[in-house]
Amino acid sequence: MSRVIVVTSGKGGVGKTTTSASISAGLALKGFKVAVIDFDVGLRNLDLIMGCERRVVYDFVNVVQGEASLNQALIRDKRIKNLYILAASQTRDKDALTQEGVEKVIEDLKADGFDFIICDSPAGIEKGAQLALYFADEAIVVTNPEVSSVRDSDRILGILQAKSKRAESGDEGIVEHLVLTRYNPSRVESGEMLSVEDVVDLLNIPLLGVIPESEQVLNASNAGEPVILDTEADAAQAYTDVVDRFLGEEKAHRFLTAEKKGLFKKLFGK
Amino acid sequence: MALLDYLLGQRKKKTANLAKDRLQILLAHERSERHAPEYLPQMRDEILAVISKYVEIDQEQLQISIDEANGFEVLELNLVLPDK
Repeated sequence: MSRVIVVTSGKGGVGKTTTSASISAGLALKGFKVAVIDFDVGLRNLDLIMGCERRVVYDFVNVVQGEASLNQALIRDKRIKNLYILAASQTRDKDALTQEGVEKVIEDLKADGFDFIICDSPAGIEKGAQLALYFADEAIVVTNPEVSSVRDSDRILGILQAKSKRAESGDEGIVEHLVLTRYNPSRVESGEMLSVEDVVDLLNIPLLGVIPESEQVLNASNAGEPVILDTEADAAQAYTDVVDRFLGEEKAHRFLTAEKKGLFKKLFGK
Repeated sequence: MALLDYLLGQRKKKTANLAKDRLQILLAHERSERHAPEYLPQMRDEILAVISKYVEIDQEQLQISIDEANGFEVLELNLVLPDK
């Protein structure tokens, strides 16, 4: 059975594409056949984060409009077996996607034996974001511990519960997961940042994982490599835990507390 | 300076608590709007029109909401009448 997963947030810049790239890579590393689709038509970026920007010949819009076949447009990842990327169009606008067209692509991917279809949503709550979540079975809501991100996540949860196919057909609702990114435990401890408990309490959805703020995320995007592959990095290990939990494994949350500073460093260090 | 920050920091107001309090109020408000029936805005206007026939009121003063309490749906209407 294929699972369709939307990675969404409402607010921009919180780490949707970083999360989509790492979760897709993580699932493919486990041996699953994974397709990751960039729904941000007009502002494609997933290709850059995945490091396949120079291999995009046909894109999602070409497939939806019948100008290319799905097989022509799917880009096979060079590092990881069974991982495929469907890039967004750079030149068209958001109206180039239609609900029927998106449905056909997703159905074709299911028929091709993909285990996971990851939909990387654009920011906002407009058509592009709604199309990205419409066919989802599960949603990964990416949130930063920051007021506007939490509010926008709550808005997108409302849309998941009202405007998705599952909501409209009266089926079981979309399964919701929270991934809290850019978490800074020392700022949480000093009372400057919402804690993971605060955010879970506010949004009231199950926590899939917490990704600590990490310099390696920028390094990974510079290099065009999903950060999960940088196995030394905290963020990579946190994403690996997210993937394991997503697949049903019980794993304790890590990277939630600040590195202990000695008294000397506390008093005189920076 | 780190020493000073450290000592002062203990007394500084925790902004994370502020954030949580503000969000709690805001999200509760936005969720109730989201779940409100579609006829609510029009009903509000019509109720306002009826009331304004008899008393002069500030349009902004009417608060109307539908909540659930003890298994009943409750239509709550809140309006402050002007001083005579």
